[in-house]
Amino acid sequence: MMDGASGPAVAVERTAPAATAGPRLLELTGITKRFPGVVALDRVDFDLRPGEVHVLFGENGAGKSTLINIIAGTFPADEGSYVYDGREIRRLTPHQAREIGISPVFQEFSLVPDLTVVENLFLGRERTSFGFLSAAAMRQRAEEVIAELGFDLNPRAKIRELSRAHQQMVEIAKALLAEVRLLILDEPTASLTESETSKLFELIERLRGQGVGIIYVSHRMREIKQLADRITVLRDGKLVKTLDSQGVTENELVELMTGRKIDVLFPKIDHRPGEVGLKVQGLTTANHTVEDVDFVARAGEVTGVAGLVGCGKSELIRAIYGLEPLSAGTIEVFGQPMHHITPRKSLDRGVCYFPSDRVVEGLALTRPIRENASMAALDLPQFARLKILRQVSERRAIQEIVDRLRLRPPNIERVVQNLSGGNRQKVMLARGLTRETRLFLFDEPTVGIDVGAKIEVYELMKQLVEAGAAIVLVSSELPEVLHLSNRVYVMHRAHVVAELSGAEMTEQNVLASFFEGDRSIERKKRAQA
Amino acid sequence: MSGQNLTGLPGRPQYSMEQLTRAMLAVGLLPILLILTVVVMSIVEPKFYGIFNVLNVLRQSSFLAIVACGQMLVLIVGGLDLSVGAVVALTSSVMAKTMQAIGFVMPEAVGLTIFGGIMAGLGCGLGIGLLNGACVAFLRISPFMVTLGTLWIATGIGLLLTNGIPVYGMPDVFINDFGRALWFGIPTTVYVALGVVFLVVLLQRKTVLGRYLYAIGGNMQAATVSGVATTGYIIIAYVLCSMLASVSGILQTARLGSGQATMGGDLLMLESIAAAVIGGASLRGGIGRAEMVALSAVFLSILSNSMNLMRIDSKMQLVILGLILVAAVAIDELGKRRQIRG
Repeated sequence: MMDGASGPAVAVERTAPAATAGPRLLELTGITKRFPGVVALDRVDFDLRPGEVHVLFGENGAGKSTLINIIAGTFPADEGSYVYDGREIRRLTPHQAREIGISPVFQEFSLVPDLTVVENLFLGRERTSFGFLSAAAMRQRAEEVIAELGFDLNPRAKIRELSRAHQQMVEIAKALLAEVRLLILDEPTASLTESETSKLFELIERLRGQGVGIIYVSHRMREIKQLADRITVLRDGKLVKTLDSQGVTENELVELMTGRKIDVLFPKIDHRPGEVGLKVQGLTTANHTVEDVDFVARAGEVTGVAGLVGCGKSELIRAIYGLEPLSAGTIEVFGQPMHHITPRKSLDRGVCYFPSDRVVEGLALTRPIRENASMAALDLPQFARLKILRQVSERRAIQEIVDRLRLRPPNIERVVQNLSGGNRQKVMLARGLTRETRLFLFDEPTVGIDVGAKIEVYELMKQLVEAGAAIVLVSSELPEVLHLSNRVYVMHRAHVVAELSGAEMTEQNVLASFFEGDRSIERKKRAQA
Repeated sequence: MSGQNLTGLPGRPQYSMEQLTRAMLAVGLLPILLILTVVVMSIVEPKFYGIFNVLNVLRQSSFLAIVACGQMLVLIVGGLDLSVGAVVALTSSVMAKTMQAIGFVMPEAVGLTIFGGIMAGLGCGLGIGLLNGACVAFLRISPFMVTLGTLWIATGIGLLLTNGIPVYGMPDVFINDFGRALWFGIPTTVYVALGVVFLVVLLQRKTVLGRYLYAIGGNMQAATVSGVATTGYIIIAYVLCSMLASVSGILQTARLGSGQATMGGDLLMLESIAAAVIGGASLRGGIGRAEMVALSAVFLSILSNSMNLMRIDSKMQLVILGLILVAAVAIDELGKRRQIRG
């Protein structure tokens, strides 16, 4: 392994073929990583040249995060060689990695909530003089970096007070504070707005020009097309292929990723709009994340709500379910007005909500699948009588639902902690299917799950709608909302700015309605003032 | 390395250290330690099996097991109750005072005296439990601070009522025919403790309440989204905890024959947390089983009894208890880290 390590790096320089010319900044060979019970990476090769954007692509659990964690020194590989800048690296720690110019930006933020932006940026590498912190110098440098990035960030704000998008910016600024030679970006645009994203892309171009090597993890096809020089596809911990991004089609990538031909990602749903399942009028939440929204969802159709992160679309359905306090407006569920809504009342009326953050709001991780699935249904006679659980009946009911959702493996006594993202989502869905539900509220149902699981979620939605349920689908993924919905409401800055149906449902129209929305909101505000 | 053949016989399955540790993690450290202590003690110390000693150990572990089961319920919802020891003291004082007063006014009404005293004692648990639960659930004050406050309140009231002097005057029937009595050769306390543990096990496994307590501790927001009235259930957990402490207080008072404001105290509180955690309850909530916690209370009692019998210095005893507590928590943590993160 030792001689294999220094060998290729030198050899490449000597016999560089025309197309793949250039020295390697990073060269990984035969990387294997095992966790108890799984091989997370199986003899994977990966390399990165200075000044290139190398996209890592694969389903959840394919090994992308394991690979970038090994590169960033979070944990070592079990086997294989790690050559950085021509030198073999062993026992890399995250701290050393930063010192040699490797800066990771992970999806889980490494920020301390009660410290300010500046304090977080310099955490672990504070500037001092005579043993005292040089606060002014640090603030100045932080302001420079933030200005350079074009982010709208107050360096004195505490992280706790920032939105997720702003926290993401801090994380990126932190990575770029020191001298960077290898930048790792793990789905960096997941919570950024359109304009913030384009600023990030400008920055990536600039860094590329300076010879920084960038490893970019993303699922978003548009970004991959725009940024990537090369793409490495992983599946089940194995390297499938590393290919040049030119001329690659979306279908080709998805096929490589899933290992099967995917004809249609989105099923054809036969919408048959019937009675009004949900009618919302003049809805305003107490914290004004939703303002004066009118909204109708009918049984037998999927009603989409599109919008950017933070536009209030999640809060809208959370308010309908009883998780956000209201300050004005009325809500009717199948013709019955709802007052002082709580989740309990909503469930009783046949309304079910699937939260977007399954770890924070969805699942009790230390409890088994069975208990998580039946959690919302213990008031039903099938599950408990006189507050005494009926475990045999519970087990049978949950097993049936889990089998219907094709949870693999179908053992309902497993602790949820040990499940993958897709399986966790299925446990959530199972909870919704334990009771008779006529109105389903989906909040970002496919965030963080792989293509295979996505298709199964879509299939379930199709079944539910065609069986006569009303579905409200909130999603930041435009293709998802546009393909699955019968009608789409577009939300922007707390308001509904457009309602699209039929042929009007295009990405262009949604984007255009943001700008029109901006104008009409300004007009409204001026009129009020 | 460790994959060597331990038995030395050819053809037998080979056990690695890994497998041994895994087996130990599966069974848990507790039963192994318990059996080990009993075996060692029966070899080195004949007095260990003396009838008087066995009864004493059983009684001690019963007092602790009842309190620890309550503590566990609070730990499961992600809380902590520092006030249990003080509730025992308050219960003891209030019950004895009440019995004294009723007995003074109506000397003939023994039944009423006992009933009134027990109700007053349980009332202490109910009151403190409601206060704890309401502050934690409605005001969202940290359980540590709330129960530290009620610890001082309960201790203070107990001392104010009794001036720190033991309260006598409880009916003889209550003391001799209940507190100190043996039924079929076993202290009455043990029956009560068995009953309590059995009920808590039932509650945890068979009732909606038990399931909701696990759900709330596992993920409070998920429970809310699932329509669980979390505040109410958190209050119930604290009330049950305090009332179990009261039950233990009543039993100890009946055994002692006098109400004492120094009963229970901080040591009992700390032991109850130790017993719950050694018995597998998680300080992060969501995990814990009454039968294991009771077993752990028995273990702690046997351990301290053994050390007394072997005349181990009381200062040294503290060191050993501390080591065992740290080891138990560390092993629990290691076990968790072995799980695959999905």
